[in-house]
Order: sequence, then structure tokens, then C-alpha cells
Amino acid sequence: MTEPLLAVRDLCVDYVTDRGPVRAVDRVSLDLAPGEILGVGGESGSGKSTLAQALLRILPPPAVISGGSARFEGRDLLALSETELRGLRWQRMSMVFQSAMDALNPVMPVGEQIVDTLLAHGAGPAEAARARAGELLEMVGIPADRVAAYAHQLSGGMRQRVGIALALALEPSLVILDEPTTALDVIVEREILEHIRGLQRRLGFAVLFITHDLARMLQFADRVAIFYAAQLVEIGPAATLRDAARHPYTQGLLRAFPSLRSAAGERASIPGAPPSLAHPPAGCRFHPRCPRAVDLCRQRSPELLTLAPGHAAACHLAG
Amino acid sequence: MTRPAATGVAAWWEAIRRDRKATIGAALLGIFVLVALAGPYLAGDPDALVGIPLQPPSAQHWLGTNGQGQDVLAQVVVGTRVSLAIGFAVGLAVVLFGALVGVTAGYFGGRVDGLLSILFNVFLVLPGLPLAIVIAAYLPSGPLTLALVLVVTGWAWNARVLRAQTLALRQRDFVAAAVVAGESNFRILTREILPNMMSLVVAQTIGSTVYAIGAQVGLEFLGLGDVSAITWGTNLYWAQNDSALLTGAWWTFAPTGLCVALVGFALTMLNSGFDEVTNPRLQMERAWRAHLLARGRPATRSTPVVPDHD
Amino acid sequence: MRFLLRRLGFYLLAGWVALTLNFFLPRLMPGDPATALFARFRGRLAPEAMAALRETFGLTDAPLWSQYLTYLGHALRGDLGISVAYFPSPVTAVIATGLVWTLFLAGTAVVVSFALGTLLGVAAAWWRRGWVDTWLPAALVFLGAFPYFWLAMVALYGLGFTLGWFPLGHAYGDDLTPGLNAAFLVDVARHAVLPIGTIVVATLGGWLLSMRNTMIGVLGSDYVNLARAKGLPPARVALRYAARNALLPSVTGFGMALGFVLGGSLLTEIVFSYPGQGYLLVQAVRNQDYPLMQGIFLVITLAVLGANWLVDVVYLWLDPRTRESGS
Repeated sequence: MTEPLLAVRDLCVDYVTDRGPVRAVDRVSLDLAPGEILGVGGESGSGKSTLAQALLRILPPPAVISGGSARFEGRDLLALSETELRGLRWQRMSMVFQSAMDALNPVMPVGEQIVDTLLAHGAGPAEAARARAGELLEMVGIPADRVAAYAHQLSGGMRQRVGIALALALEPSLVILDEPTTALDVIVEREILEHIRGLQRRLGFAVLFITHDLARMLQFADRVAIFYAAQLVEIGPAATLRDAARHPYTQGLLRAFPSLRSAAGERASIPGAPPSLAHPPAGCRFHPRCPRAVDLCRQRSPELLTLAPGHAAACHLAG
Repeated sequence: MTRPAATGVAAWWEAIRRDRKATIGAALLGIFVLVALAGPYLAGDPDALVGIPLQPPSAQHWLGTNGQGQDVLAQVVVGTRVSLAIGFAVGLAVVLFGALVGVTAGYFGGRVDGLLSILFNVFLVLPGLPLAIVIAAYLPSGPLTLALVLVVTGWAWNARVLRAQTLALRQRDFVAAAVVAGESNFRILTREILPNMMSLVVAQTIGSTVYAIGAQVGLEFLGLGDVSAITWGTNLYWAQNDSALLTGAWWTFAPTGLCVALVGFALTMLNSGFDEVTNPRLQMERAWRAHLLARGRPATRSTPVVPDHD
Repeated sequence: MRFLLRRLGFYLLAGWVALTLNFFLPRLMPGDPATALFARFRGRLAPEAMAALRETFGLTDAPLWSQYLTYLGHALRGDLGISVAYFPSPVTAVIATGLVWTLFLAGTAVVVSFALGTLLGVAAAWWRRGWVDTWLPAALVFLGAFPYFWLAMVALYGLGFTLGWFPLGHAYGDDLTPGLNAAFLVDVARHAVLPIGTIVVATLGGWLLSMRNTMIGVLGSDYVNLARAKGLPPARVALRYAARNALLPSVTGFGMALGFVLGGSLLTEIVFSYPGQGYLLVQAVRNQDYPLMQGIFLVITLAVLGANWLVDVVYLWLDPRTRESGS
């Protein structure tokens, strides 16, 4: 068995506030194989983005990685020094932010921001870098002459594509997409995702695709992981989760998203709201909203049970 | 641990208690207020000619004598009252007037906002000191003229700041709800908007008081106040007039300037201490740094790894 | 470009307001302005001076609007009347003698202070909790709480009088003839150190804190986060991504503070007997030389407005978003 590209074991991330630490990622374990697309879904605040940014170690204060391990390409991400991290970031692992449009420096032409990245990782000289920047823009479907444009002169969709070009500039082996299309309209969103899939097939990088749009994720990803209240509650191949999800939360999410083929009236949203991470419920965190909760759920937090090869769920009733 | 009130005057007491900067500022200010209130009764007559002019500090006259032969300590103490009184009064007036214009502009928007904005922007760009001089020169000298001139040159900044805040608040949901519910403008302003601006208003008042004291002293230094009155500014005016510097009589101007600075500093500390306590971002960072320190980890730029042994 | 034209229009409006204020202020005095003026100056002025004074203020028997237009006409032609204290010199001539010194002093001080304060602010925000962030801002805020002119007095007393390191006032020594020669320029520089130094020390804290606070905000923004995530060298992130953006509100603030700093520098001039507008102002106040006072007010206002417009030009250059015409 080849070693996974990314191996996360019992990772914990806390936000240290003056009222005590709040756990935003609670003992999450997952693997990612090279060239695989893993979708990460869940409601806002469930810990998806926090996990992604923790891997790159770019979470701002007051975040602290408080436990577990994360190995990437055989290296311990949590033990790297600043210099080593700088070398790793972007070259081996990169990210497209949710607000890629706001992630562009407003006072610098977009092309120069790509060149910056290239030069910072030794992909010089400047002439070559500038040419490559143009190529990258073309690759994501933007005319190369827009290299001199400023962020505010580009449309939202174009800015997002610049973000993607930036992420692919150094041909990393893992690209994290953090809600890359949430702020775009559906048509542009689909175009961009298709584009990314095409690039992924050509260049072979793995993708961690974070979104709250479950339907989109199931179309796009190979495997899917579902987060709830800072914990991983189910993980498995996309097809399996779509047709045979075992965790009540995943099932609830699937029911909440309409598909053109389902009959009207089959939709139902999950009652209640996600719990506060500062004071999570005892036992299974989903039990207050779960239609099948029993006494055991209120008392004991379920472990991630392997139900089939590659498919696991954290529910007392799934096994 | 108790949580400070999100807005409102109660937050100020919290700040003074919890933050060291605010505590020092409040204490220092308190001393000056005490001196202003009680000092004149204890310090003796500042007008009296008690000794040889330009005597350095001695046991008899703790701060020496000025160019006329008057006791410098008495002059400084007595001057405290007028300088602080005008400072606070003008500080408050400047904020009230600025609030009147700024909140109106921000709330009503449209043409009203356009006109009022131009008005206060013009006053912001006109240089304050020369304007103050030409206005004060035509009016009889005295505290009222001084106050008027200070208000005219100082209100525009508050109008700008408070307008911005009003604009932001106006977009908020609870205001929209009140508008939809058909509440009168007056009610919305007094019940929804103004109460949520109180912390800013208090902060602005403190800042304006600092401005008022400094500007007042500057104008009096030029000779525009009533030079026969005893205030910090006129002290400095006479010190300059009597060529205190070039005769080496530092005690005639040093204490006064020090007082002005200390009061300004105290007020600024109060303000910044308050900001530290209520700014949620700074608060969060504090706990984070303390946590790292306790575990002996450096505060790195990248997310630190601090395993807690669960 | 439209941005600059709009700003220019605004400054023209402000200038007009200043002119109009100048016109109406003498008429603020209780009673008929002409009589009031006469009463004040009775016995102190020759009849020609009185006539010149009335002329300056347009205090004729013509209706108000006519006086106003005459006054505006004079002002726009550069005729600001005749000075009372320096009679019969025209106000413009009197002002001209000192203007270059004021501009030199205030201009240099403001630029040095802003540049230094901004750099230190960037350093303070980047190295939070370093010594730059811990001690320097508090110390400078404390220094900034002193009135500029008081700091000037202390500097003059300490470094000039007691230690004798710097001259005790004026812009240059009496024994030198003004001219673009090295000796003169060096002497001017020597005389300028204390006044400029005082203003810089007094204003440094303000720029530093303002830049520091803006920087801290910018450092939390998404594009800085991305720049770090991209693995860019820290210096580049700090300067080209963070500071370059934080500079924008700082420059705006700079424009707004110009008038205020100029006021303080005028008072500083007085302490150092620097031959600029400050000295003239004091004389004007003392002698109740209204034409001169108002003339100085106008000239200084125009200088500040002009400087503000220049700041707008700089801002246009710094922020590409303002370059779109009518976006």
C-alpha cells in the first residue's frame, strides 16, 4: 500500500480565548492519496476551513494546534520550522481561498503577484517568471495580457481564476480549495470546477475540496468527508455516501439539498442549529438534532467505525 | 471572569478597573481635578508680589518666582482650574456640536448629508490656528471668546467621525426593523442609534478635551486670551515675554508645560486603555500569548503547535 | 483624473469660504465696523493709514454685496491691503519676507516626521511586542502631549542655552549674507535643527501610532494571509503587501493633519524667533494689525489647501483604484 500523500491522525486545533480554549477541530483523522479529490463538507463553523489552514500552519492567532499529527509527503507538518514551512508552502501544498477575490493585493498588478510567488521559490529569472505568469493565466482561461491588470479591474470570476492560477503556479502535489466558488453565480461556478477537474487530470495533483454545497461536492469529488461540530462524522467514496450514507447528519444533509430528479416535497432541513463549540453537548454532538437518538447517544461520544473498506461513520447506530 | 459590557458607559468603569493604562490615566486625571478644585484655597495668592523676580526654586517658593516676582507654584495651581474647566467644557461642546451635524448627516443621507459633509470637510481643511486668531482678534478677549474660537475650529473632526459611525449603524438590522415598524425618526435616533454610539462619544469627548487644552494653551501663548487672567497658557505667555529662556529661568515655564502634558497623557491613556479592553481582537490575542508563554513556546508567525496532554 | 478635478473644486470652495470669512469677520464687531476700527486706532494712526485700512476692508458706503465684490476682486488680484504695523508696506510684501522660512521649516519637519513615523509604525506593527512596539509609542505619545512650543522652549533652553550645541534662534547668523553658497546653507541647517527637531519629536508619536494601528489591521487581511501562505519572504510581505496598503489611510490622515501641524510650527517659530509667519502673526496680534492677520490667514490657508491637493496627487499615484474615471 503506497503511503498516503497526506495522513492526519487525531488532529486537534484550539482557539485560545480569555474564557478558555475552544476546540475547533476535534481529533480528526483522514488520509488523502496522491491525485485523489477529497471533498470536505459540513455547515459553517464545523471546522473544515480550520483544518485546511492548520495544515499550512497559516491560522492566525488565537489558534493553536493542540494535538495529533499530520504527515505530508512523509514529513511531519507540525515539526517544520518557519524556513521549512516557507519552502513547503505553495511549492508542495497550496490553497485557493474562499475569498480569493479579496485575497489579491489591491495595489499590485495580478501578474506581478504570480511572479512574486515564482521568484520566491526560485523559479527565476524575472523574464522567465513573467512569461510563465502569462502562461498560467491562459491556463485558467484568462487572456495573457491581463497580467498588468489590477484586481479591481477584473470580474469576480476572473479574480477567482487568478487565485487558482496562483495556487497552481509551482505545480504542487496538493491543492486545497476552500469554498472556491461560494461567492460566484452557479454558471461561473460550474465552469470553474470543470476547469479545475481538467487541470487536475492533466497535472495530477490531489485536491482537498471544502464546501458546504453537498450536491456539488458529490459530483466533483472521489471521496467525501463530512464534518459536524469540529468532528469528522462520516467519510467514504462519493458514490457510497450519495446512495448509502450511514450517519444521520449526512442523511439529513442529503435530504436538505434538492435534486432535479427528486419529487417535490421530499426536501426537509435538519431542525435546530449546530452547537456552540465552547459548550458542545455531552455524548454524540449531533444527538440534540438527530431523529434516531437513543440514550447511548446522549451518554457516549461515538468512535469512527469502519463499515466497509474506505467507509467509516461515527454513529452508535451505524454498525 | 466577568465580561465587560459591550457598549455603554458601564464599560468605562470596567476598563478603568481592569486595564493598567486606564487606571493610571484615571488616577492622574483625578489628581489634577483635585488640584483644580481645592488647590486655589491652599496655594496662596498668585497675584501677590512675593519676592525678587526670577528666583530659582527654594524652600520658600517651591517652584521659584516668575518675571514679575510672583510665586510660580501658586500660578500653576490656580491656573489649573481655568485651564481644565475650559478644556472640559470645550471638549464636550465640540463633541455635541459635531454630533449634531455628523449624526444628522449620517442618518438622513441624501442632500442633507451632501451639504453637511461639505460644510465639515471645509472646516477640516482650513488651518485651525490662523482661523482661530482672526476670529479671536475681533472679539473681546476672555474665556468666552476663547471657547467660541476653539469650538469653531474643533467641531469638524467629530462631525466626520460620528457621521461615519451613524452611517454604519444605520445599515444594521435593528435600525431597519425600527424603520419598518414605523418609528419616528426622533425615536430611532434617541433609542436605537445614539445609545449604541455612547462609547465612541465618550472616547471622542476625551480626545477633544485633549485638543481643547492644548489649543487653548497655544492661543493664550500667542496673547489672545485674557493676559491678565491666570491660566497655564498665560503663564507661558509671560514666561516667553519675560525672556525666561534666555535668562535661564526654566522654572517659569517647565512646570506648566509638564502639567499640560500630564493631563493630555492621562486622558490619552484612559482612551487607549478602554480600547484595549473592548477591542475583541486585542483581547483574543492577549489570552493566546499568555497561553503560549505558559507553555514556553515562542509566538511564531505560523500557527504554533502546543500539545496539551489531554 | 476626475478624482483630482473634484478635489480641486473642493479646495477652491474652501478657499472661497476663507475669503468670505475674511470679509465678514471685521463686520462681526459690534457697531459699524468703520467706526469701531476708528475708535480702536484713534490717535495711533495717521489719516492715510486709516484710509488704507478702510480701503482694505472695503468699508465704503456702497451696499454690502458691492463691497464684497470689490473685496474679492482685490484679493484675486493679489492685493491683500496695507499693513497697519508696517505701514505703508502692502500686506503681501510683508508676508513674502517670511513665507519661504515658514514653508521650509514646516515643510521639512512634516515630511521628516511623517516618513520616520510611518517607518517606525510599520516596524512596531510587524514586530509586535518588540522593543519598538512596547516603549517607543508610549514615550512618543507622552512627548506629543506637550505643546510644540513648550518642547521648543525646553530644547532651546537645554540644547541651546545650557549646552550651547545650537544657536539660540533666528534662521541664520547675522554675519552671513544670504545666498546659495555652502557656508550660508550650512548655517541655515544649523539654525534649523532645533526648530525642525522639536516639531518632529512632537508629531512623531501621532504618525507612528496611526500607521501601526492601520498596519495591524492590514496584517489580518486576506491578501496578507495569502502572501504568507505563498511562502513569500517576510520583508516582501511586510512592505509590498502590508505597508503599501496601510500607507493609503495614513496618507489621507496626513493631508488632514497638515493644517494642525502648521499651526504648531507657527508657535514654534515664535520661540526660536524664526523669521517666518509665526513671528509676523504675533506682531500682528499685538498691534491689532487686522489686514496683516487676515492676510496671513489667507496665505497659510492657500498653502495648506495647495499641500492637500498635492497629497491627493500622491494618493492617486499610490492607489490604482482611484485612477478609474467615473467608476
